[in-house]
Amino acid sequence: MGALLRVWDVLTRRIDTMLFACALAIVGVGLVTLFSAADQSITRVTSQAMSLSFAVVLMWIFANIAPQTLARAAVPLYVLAVAMLVGVALFGVVVNGSRRWLNLGVARFQPSELMKIALPLMLAWYFQKFEGRIGWKDFVFAAVLIVVPVYLIKRQPDLGTSLLIAASGFYVLFLAGLSWKVIVGLVAAAAAVGPMVWTHLHDYQRERILTFLDPGRDPLGAGYHSMQASIALGSGGVVGKGWLNGTQTHLDFLPERHTDFIFAVFGEEFGLIGAGVLLLLYLLLIGRAMVITANASTMFARLVAGAITLMFFTYAFVNMAMVSGLLPVVGVPLPLVSYGGTAMISLFIGLGILMSVQAHRKLVTT
Amino acid sequence: MANRLLFTSRRRGFGGGRAAATSELRNPERELFYFRRRLSLVALLVFAAFCGLFGRFFYLQVVQHAHFETLAESNRIAIVPVVPNRGIITDRNGIVLAQSYSAYTLEITPSRIANLDETIDRIAEIVDVQPRDRKRFRKLLEESRNFESLPLRTKLTDEEVARFAVARYRFPGVDIKARLFRQYPFGEIASHVIGYIGRINDKDLDRIASWDETANYKGSDYIGKVGIELSYERELHGTTGVEDVEVDSGGRAVRTLKRTPPIAGNNLTLSLDIGLQQVAEAAFGDRRGALVAMDPNSGDVLAFVSKPGYDPNLFVDGIDPANWQELNESPDKPLLNRPLRGAYPPGSTIKPFLALGALTMGKRTPSQAFHDPGFFQIPGHSHRFRDDKPGGHGTVDMYKSIVVSCDTYYYLLANDTDIDDTAHFLAQLGFGEKTGVDIEGELAGVLPSRAWKNQRFAGKNFRDDHRKWYLGDSISAGIGQGYNAFTPIQLAHAIAMVAADGVGYTPHLVKTVQNVKTGETREIAREPASRLAVKPEHLAIIKNALVGVNKEGTSAKAFKDAQYVSGGKTGTAQVFSLKGEKYTEHKVDERLRDHAWFIAYAPADRPKIALAVLVENGGFGAAAAAPIARKVIDRYLLGSTEPGAAAVVPGVSDDESD
Repeated sequence: MGALLRVWDVLTRRIDTMLFACALAIVGVGLVTLFSAADQSITRVTSQAMSLSFAVVLMWIFANIAPQTLARAAVPLYVLAVAMLVGVALFGVVVNGSRRWLNLGVARFQPSELMKIALPLMLAWYFQKFEGRIGWKDFVFAAVLIVVPVYLIKRQPDLGTSLLIAASGFYVLFLAGLSWKVIVGLVAAAAAVGPMVWTHLHDYQRERILTFLDPGRDPLGAGYHSMQASIALGSGGVVGKGWLNGTQTHLDFLPERHTDFIFAVFGEEFGLIGAGVLLLLYLLLIGRAMVITANASTMFARLVAGAITLMFFTYAFVNMAMVSGLLPVVGVPLPLVSYGGTAMISLFIGLGILMSVQAHRKLVTT
Repeated sequence: MANRLLFTSRRRGFGGGRAAATSELRNPERELFYFRRRLSLVALLVFAAFCGLFGRFFYLQVVQHAHFETLAESNRIAIVPVVPNRGIITDRNGIVLAQSYSAYTLEITPSRIANLDETIDRIAEIVDVQPRDRKRFRKLLEESRNFESLPLRTKLTDEEVARFAVARYRFPGVDIKARLFRQYPFGEIASHVIGYIGRINDKDLDRIASWDETANYKGSDYIGKVGIELSYERELHGTTGVEDVEVDSGGRAVRTLKRTPPIAGNNLTLSLDIGLQQVAEAAFGDRRGALVAMDPNSGDVLAFVSKPGYDPNLFVDGIDPANWQELNESPDKPLLNRPLRGAYPPGSTIKPFLALGALTMGKRTPSQAFHDPGFFQIPGHSHRFRDDKPGGHGTVDMYKSIVVSCDTYYYLLANDTDIDDTAHFLAQLGFGEKTGVDIEGELAGVLPSRAWKNQRFAGKNFRDDHRKWYLGDSISAGIGQGYNAFTPIQLAHAIAMVAADGVGYTPHLVKTVQNVKTGETREIAREPASRLAVKPEHLAIIKNALVGVNKEGTSAKAFKDAQYVSGGKTGTAQVFSLKGEKYTEHKVDERLRDHAWFIAYAPADRPKIALAVLVENGGFGAAAAAPIARKVIDRYLLGSTEPGAAAVVPGVSDDESD
């Protein structure tokens, strides 16, 4: 009996109950919706559940790794990720006209995925190292650390991912205390440069923006997706059409309904009440993550936890805003809900790091 | 306000640098305070953003609910792509070489069917299903993307359509669809030019995405795979239309509400003369080889033969494994595009070009004569480079060297000329580089030089003496053997350039592109692409000698009693094994025979046609290749049709061809 208790203790010691419960609730919503989106085929649901169990194991492992250990891995990880991005630029595999993949013999690997974690770790490590004496030069150096991978990913070309990675870097800078003057300056510069960027965009990128402004111009492509998603959400009403009863979903009007547009399926079948509950679950999860961030004991832990929290928010917000027609169609999945193993695993690793920050906070302060 | 939010310690850091800052006391509480203040701000923003989202949901799901509900209710409107008609390909006289027609297919959507085999068995009771259809369906199933419907039977008869329509309710997931099919009326004739279309696979999808045409290919099943069908895919495909179709609750179309018609692909008119092409292919008989005939004044390709050919119609619905195996494994390599991808040593056909180079570089004068004992020896070496005539040709000047094809004359020339100078001159004629003809897959061939050899034998597997250029290399190259390897289209291009007094055109197979909607016709550019830097009097000397070859030289017999004056040059090339060729016992003797070459142009004073002929393992060029050239030139200049070589246009009237 005592041994059993000890095993239970080892398993749960570092697990943050509230964070875990919120995440599982959201995943549950995802599985239920996926069953409907996949025309009641169980195969996708089981495959997603498999990813989930694997992801939970990884979460547990990361929850048991102390933040200091992660900090030691930060520089090598960042250097490796940049080297791989350079490798992609030189000998990457071209898929769909973009050079994003590195062929590792056995499998193809997308180094930009690794960068999503490596960049915040690297920046947090840097600010921790010079904690207490951070000057403007450090922010300039940090900006270089951000710009290099962002540039490499942008020219793949993968504008969406490069913007997300730029955002994750910016979050760290912001939390590390970037001057408001600089932030206001950056925003102003962005507004001024905007028209110039337009001329440098690829045709397909311009087309996406134009389609966002006028969905009717591209009835076979993204505009159609956007219109059909709005119809699905709007026709759901307050209480929704009921599980498995969404007409938009089941008459094949909704595109990408397992992945990027799964929220439209959910909104159609569960209505405003369902959408509100899901928003609330996300809010609870992000709120808990913020509490953990605020209580973190070292600069490194604080910055990493903060960046993970904000990226979680960014993904959820961008996806739901896209599905409801507030943002143009960009390929961002809904965290913990959209079908896809890689995203599920990265997200749970993020949760694991948050739990580790929470569990290891007292050890360091003493 | 701004600076107060930064860490206090930072300020000293500005002036005094790190050394000063480290001595300062840290203030963790203060830092934490500022950090938490920023975090609270973030929390506020997050909350506001989610409120914004909720507001948007409220707007869509409550305020606009009625509107969207009507839309969803009436969203029985499916948007269906309408595939455009693929452009027609015709020859220069308007004879159709590739066309589309509509026919019924029986299609299965595998994702909607539980037991495929049982369903197919049941279908077979109503409609004829051959084992070959099943096999092809299996293959398509393996290659298919997820949810598409796949054809089980194509080209159903009206009776079969009627019979299945009656029983349709018993077969959910099985439909009759009207699809466009591609047909190539001439079958094997010109198959290597026209190519074929086939079902879109993953590689094609990547290609389509890289053109940013994914939406335009919605609903398209086929794409150009080889030849003109491939290289002009984007002209031929057209713009996909959109149909708003009302569907019933089961998802079946009830009626069309709105239609944006598709825009048919552009029609192509080739420069090819299919009558001439037929004569040329017939002239080859069963022999393997290649022929490229061009108009030297425009680069129009008039005939483009690669023998043996294949029937492109086999590929359209997905080729069945038996036919594929036969084509792919045949030692005759019917799928090899010889004019573009067969690199052969040019043999003696290189001689007039080398002679022109010798005149231009001042290495020889026309009247300078040498004694030919029947062989050549590098001073100090015992090896004899032999002439084809034992005992030699006697005294040989430049004219005679070309007319009787004297090897010794060219051994001596190679001995006197640096290989890099030779390569530099030959490059002007397009040797060793792609001609830029408008179908894909062309090889550049090999124009040997020191730099080439050094690079060819680079790496650990070779020693320095492998990389070194020897005089012996130059001597072999001097009569078109050794490392030289050129494609038939390169030789056709080079002789056309000589025929046109040094003006080179990029060979092209498509003459005009016609927009079906506007009726506008666009010519494929045919400006001169290059000009030879040679003196006109030197060119005249070479052309005079080429006329001599057909009048009194190696090919005089083939051009006996011709009604026009022509220039030509024969060539015989030692066998250069094609890559990956397997040893096949009963054919080995034949396959070790020399390749026969012939290049020619006519009429001599104002050339209208220039060509290169290659007969694989044909033996002596004069005997095997020159008569083919004679037939093609006769047909083109005189319109004469020899018995058995008449232009027969299957299914189409051949009035236009004459």
